[in-house]
Amino acid sequence: METLSFDLTRDTVRQLNQRLHAPAAELAGREVRIFNPDGAHNIAVGLNAPVRVTVHGHAGYYAAGMNQLATVLIEGSASTGVAENMMSGTVRVKGFASNAAGASAHGGLLVVDGDAGLRCGISLKGGDIVVGGSVGSFSGFMAQAGRIVICGDAGSALGDSLYEAVIYVKGDIASLGADAQIEPLGECDVAVVQELLGAAGLSHDARAFKRVASARSLYHWNAEAEQEY
Amino acid sequence: MCGIVGLLLKNHALHGRLGELMVPMLTGMTDRGPDSAGMAVFTPPLRDGRRKISLYSGLTDEGAGYDWHRLVNQLNSDLHADADVATNGNHAIVTFDGAVAPVNGWLTTHAPKIHVMSAGRAMDLYKDVGRPAQVAQRYGFARLTGSHFVGHTRMATESAVTPDRAHPFTAGEDFCLVHNGSLSNPYAVRRMLEPRGIRFDTDNDTEAACRYLEWRLRDGDDLPTALQRGLEALDGFYTFLMGTPDELALIRDPFACKPAVVAETDDYVAISSEFRSLAHLPGVRHAHVFEPAPERVYVWKH
Repeated sequence: METLSFDLTRDTVRQLNQRLHAPAAELAGREVRIFNPDGAHNIAVGLNAPVRVTVHGHAGYYAAGMNQLATVLIEGSASTGVAENMMSGTVRVKGFASNAAGASAHGGLLVVDGDAGLRCGISLKGGDIVVGGSVGSFSGFMAQAGRIVICGDAGSALGDSLYEAVIYVKGDIASLGADAQIEPLGECDVAVVQELLGAAGLSHDARAFKRVASARSLYHWNAEAEQEY
Repeated sequence: MCGIVGLLLKNHALHGRLGELMVPMLTGMTDRGPDSAGMAVFTPPLRDGRRKISLYSGLTDEGAGYDWHRLVNQLNSDLHADADVATNGNHAIVTFDGAVAPVNGWLTTHAPKIHVMSAGRAMDLYKDVGRPAQVAQRYGFARLTGSHFVGHTRMATESAVTPDRAHPFTAGEDFCLVHNGSLSNPYAVRRMLEPRGIRFDTDNDTEAACRYLEWRLRDGDDLPTALQRGLEALDGFYTFLMGTPDELALIRDPFACKPAVVAETDDYVAISSEFRSLAHLPGVRHAHVFEPAPERVYVWKH
C-alpha cells in the first residue's frame, strides 16, 4: 500500500492532521512518514485508524495526543504532553519526553526509550507507560488506573495521591508522594512487568522492580488528620 | 508565556554568523512572545578604562529622528569622555572613557527621556515593542556578530507592553537576564533591594530577578552560588537565562513549569524555550539535545 509522506517544511501540521483524520477504513494499514517535524506542535493528534506513523525528528507539544488505534514512532524527542489522553494504540519516543508524558491516558501503551520529564503519567486513567530511563518529580500524580514501569530512577513525590494505578521502579526513588507506599512485589506484578517490558522491547529483570501503590488512606476524609498528611 | 533563546558559539569561526543564526531562533518563538522582543549580544570587550552604554530614544519627542551626534558632542564638551556613537534608529551605542556612573548621571540631567538599556565593556542591548521579526528587521539583528547572545520574545502578563519593559533586563555592567514565566514575589525582592541603594527602572518582575542576582554577584557570589540563593529568594515559575562576557547560564524553577531545551555540538550551545527555534541550526540533527533539569545550575563558557 502506498506510503503517505509529509514534509513539514512544506506541508502544514493542519494539512497533515486533516489527512490523518480521514475515515479509518481508508487509512487502515497505511504507512505514514513525517519529515522535518522540527519541534512542531500537535503532530499526529487525534488519530483514529490503525496506521503506522513515523516522525523523523523531534516533535513539539502534544504529539500523538488522544491517539486511538495508531502506532506512532517518534525518532527524536517529544515535548510536553506526548500521547496525552491516549485511548488505545502505541506511541514510542526514541529520545527523551518532556513533562506530562502520557497524561490522562485511558488506554494504549506509551514507551519512552530515554528519560521522561516531570509529571509523567499524571492522572493516568488506564493506559500503560514504560520509561527506559528515569522520570522527573511528581510522576504518577493522582493516577487512577493503569501501569507505569520505570527502568531508571524516579524523582520526588512519586505517586502522590495515587488511586488504583500501580508504578514499578527499578532504580532509586527520590521520595514517595502522599499516600504512596512501596509494597511487596508479587508474582502477578512480575508477570505485569515482564509483559510490559516485552511489549516495549526492553530487557530488564522484572524481579528487580519495586511496586509502588496507594495506601488508600486518602480515600476517605479524616477530620482527625487536621489537614496533616 | 514568553520565549527565551540563547546561543554561545564555541567555534570562533562562527562569530561572524551570530546574527544570521540568531534571527530564526528569535522569530521561531513568535507564538510564545508576539508583543516585544530583545537581545543582548556579547562582543570582544573594550579595553579596560573604556565603557559602552546602549541607549534608547523612543521615549523622546524625536524618537528615531533623535540627534545622537549632538548629544555625544555635548557629552564630550561637558565630560571630556572621548565618546563615540554608533546609531541605529532609536537605538545608539555610546562608547567613552572612564566610568559609567558620571555619564549616566549626566544623561539623567541633560537627556532625561533617554533610556539607558545596558552598560559594560562587552554587551550591546536591543529591545523594543513589536513582533520579533519586525524588531529584528528594525535593528538589523541578522548583521550582528559576536560570541554569544541572549534573546527574548515577550507575551506580557504582569506589566505594560513598553520598550523599557521588554527583555533582556540588565543590571550593573555586562550582566543580563531573560525569563519565561512569572515571579510571585517581585515586590518583596524589590523592597529588600531598594534600601540597599539599588534603583529600579520599571515595575517588571524580571527586573527584580535581574537586580537581585547582579547584587549577589557584586557582593562576591559566583554565578552558581548567586543562582542557588535565587532559588530561595525568587518565588515563581521560571526558566532564567543569563549572559555575562564569557558565559551563558540557565536555571529552572523546582517544578520545571516553564520550558527549556538545549542543543549542544562541538561548535555551539543553543538554548530555547522550544526545539522549534533550534531546528535551523547547522548540524542540529547530530546535536546532543536535552532538557535541563529543574533547580540545577547550568553554566556554559566560551
